[in-house]
Amino acid sequence: MLSIKGLCAKVEEKDILKGLDIVVRPGEIHAIMGPNGSGKSTLGNVLSGRPGYEATAGSVTFKGQDLLALDTEERAREGIFLAFQYPVEIPGVSNMEFLKASVDAMRKHAGLPGLSSVEFMKLARETSKRVDLDVAFLKRGVNEGFSGGEKKRNEIMQMMLLEPTLCILDETDSGLDIDALQVVANGVNSMRDGNRSFIVVTHYQRLLDYIVPDYVHVLAGGRIVKSGDKSLALELEAKGYGWLEDEVA
Amino acid sequence: MSEQVESLIKKEYAAGFHSAIESDTLPPGLNEEVVRFISAKKEEPEWMLDWRLKAFRAWQEMEEPTWAHVHYPEIDFQAVSYFSAPKSMADKPKSLDEVDPELIATYEKLGIPLHEQEMLAGVAVDAVFDSVSVVTTFRAKLEEAGVIFCPISEAVHRCPELVQKYLGSVVPQKDNYYAALNSAVFSDGSFVYIPKGVRCPMELSTYFRINEMNTGQFERTLIIAEEGSHVSYLEGCTAPMRDENQLHAAVVELVALDNAQIKYSTVQNWYPGNAEGKGGIYNFVTKRGICHTNAKISWTQVETGSAVTWKYPSCILKGDNSVGEFYSVALTNNFQQADTGTKMIHLGKNTRSTIIAKGISAGQSNSAYRGLVRINPGADGARNFTQCDSLLIGDRCGAHTFPYIESKNPSAVIEHEATTSKVSDDQMFLCQQRGLDAEKAISMIVNGFCREVFKELPMEFAVEAGKLLEVSLEGSVG
Repeated sequence: MLSIKGLCAKVEEKDILKGLDIVVRPGEIHAIMGPNGSGKSTLGNVLSGRPGYEATAGSVTFKGQDLLALDTEERAREGIFLAFQYPVEIPGVSNMEFLKASVDAMRKHAGLPGLSSVEFMKLARETSKRVDLDVAFLKRGVNEGFSGGEKKRNEIMQMMLLEPTLCILDETDSGLDIDALQVVANGVNSMRDGNRSFIVVTHYQRLLDYIVPDYVHVLAGGRIVKSGDKSLALELEAKGYGWLEDEVA
Repeated sequence: MSEQVESLIKKEYAAGFHSAIESDTLPPGLNEEVVRFISAKKEEPEWMLDWRLKAFRAWQEMEEPTWAHVHYPEIDFQAVSYFSAPKSMADKPKSLDEVDPELIATYEKLGIPLHEQEMLAGVAVDAVFDSVSVVTTFRAKLEEAGVIFCPISEAVHRCPELVQKYLGSVVPQKDNYYAALNSAVFSDGSFVYIPKGVRCPMELSTYFRINEMNTGQFERTLIIAEEGSHVSYLEGCTAPMRDENQLHAAVVELVALDNAQIKYSTVQNWYPGNAEGKGGIYNFVTKRGICHTNAKISWTQVETGSAVTWKYPSCILKGDNSVGEFYSVALTNNFQQADTGTKMIHLGKNTRSTIIAKGISAGQSNSAYRGLVRINPGADGARNFTQCDSLLIGDRCGAHTFPYIESKNPSAVIEHEATTSKVSDDQMFLCQQRGLDAEKAISMIVNGFCREVFKELPMEFAVEAGKLLEVSLEGSVG
């Protein structure tokens, strides 16, 4: 589904990714771990087409298409979803209005008719329940005055509503208490259907107790320095990243 | 800011067409003869002519104001034509069937059908084309309720005592340079009279259209709400796209007698000039209302057009317990400049005023909020709340705030809040990552910013206003 080959990328003239290779097949969960500044978040931003993150070499093929040739919103409509580390507020725009516009844009792209307000309302209520978010949040401004945990649950709710093919979770676990962490993990697990794939970017092994990855990749200095299964995450937890950097050097 | 946002604000001005309608247009120039000509054209009584001449003489002694935060080349008032009317209107058509179909087509093109059966239910329209009123709809229905809604040129004949009593009572002839000019040469506009205790059965609206080249539009609106009456009034404005600047200097006077309520909404979309700042309307407008005891006046404006805007819809809170409100969205793009705000003059006891002003600047435009809150010594217990928010799109535009607060009564409570923010790249990215294109994203963010003001607009027009913002912002993201 997703094939990244020799990907290099820079941010503000600084080279961050220096030749990255990952292949994600349908239904797989890949965890990306690594020390601060290793380029973990950059990967999600480059894949989703965030302005300012420029791919300078390599290729990314997504569902047979050249992903890097698509605009940001086209990538989203093709099924790339990025759950933000720091979701921004959009004052005065209700969550409901925002979500409906978003769902409608996706449906239009897929050649489906837009949902009526009633249909959408029903869907949104059900989904907010699944992430343990009070329906009152649907009427509030997008992320406006939400706590850290509420923002993250809101991200997962959006992911559920939009039903993407590839979900990228960018340190979604940072700043979450254990209950919120479980809500997020349950959300992800409930969305596994054998076809949908996930890239989970995280600092800590903890999240991977709940979301069990098929592969763990360690990113350091803009490259993948080691890949393995979930046991690698436990090893990292015990030994830190230092030994890997030494090994590569 | 990202180039993306920059290039989204460049959309065609949809109302920018010119209608090929034969007109009687006075040659450019202004002198007493012109004032006499306009008065004669309207077959005005002597007192009206005298009133105009008094204003004209005052204007000649006055100086153009320069204190506003706007810059434009000096206006040659002798190069403007002060009267233009479609030829077909000369013999005063009795009904819509007799009106030049081209005129009707013009309004239809603007989305304002003049046939009553095709109109928004419950909205009566007065259509003013250059210097004359073309048609006023639903008059019969309004008259049943005792409401008078007609061109002011007609009101001068029909109810001279009302016009004589109230014209200039809120905005005197010598109030300011542009008000004096308007008083001398005003050609048409709407007149509204709501009798005692009557709730006007429908929304009233006037649609102003400038069509002729090199003409100025000087309309005059007078709304009188008798004791305990209610009225909601809306005005809209458009003009063709031209490289020359055109002048628009209107005066609006509102009189809300005891316990009356007037809601006055404006959707101003005069031609703003092109992307290089060429052309566009100079919009110099004086709007003011007076509130008697327990009366309320609410101004709501959505200002998206004009090259230069100079406008401060104000309330004189004369009666005890009277209420003044001002809700404003002013959007400037490209090289537009707006200096707009309000004046709340608290004279009566326990008078209250609310000001919510939202300024949006994009391109290389400048938008200024200028507001005065004055509490006079007798205004015990007066209260004001002001909130002034600016939103910047891009990094070449400006937002400015000039609040003046004068309190001469120690019991007054005045609050002022102000914020400035930018449409951030992060907000844009969030929207686009969720599948929205850049234009939809910008319009959603801007509409969210304006929500508090839009909810004050009559339902039908809130939707229009939202769409208008979309159009005005198109091209600001790229």
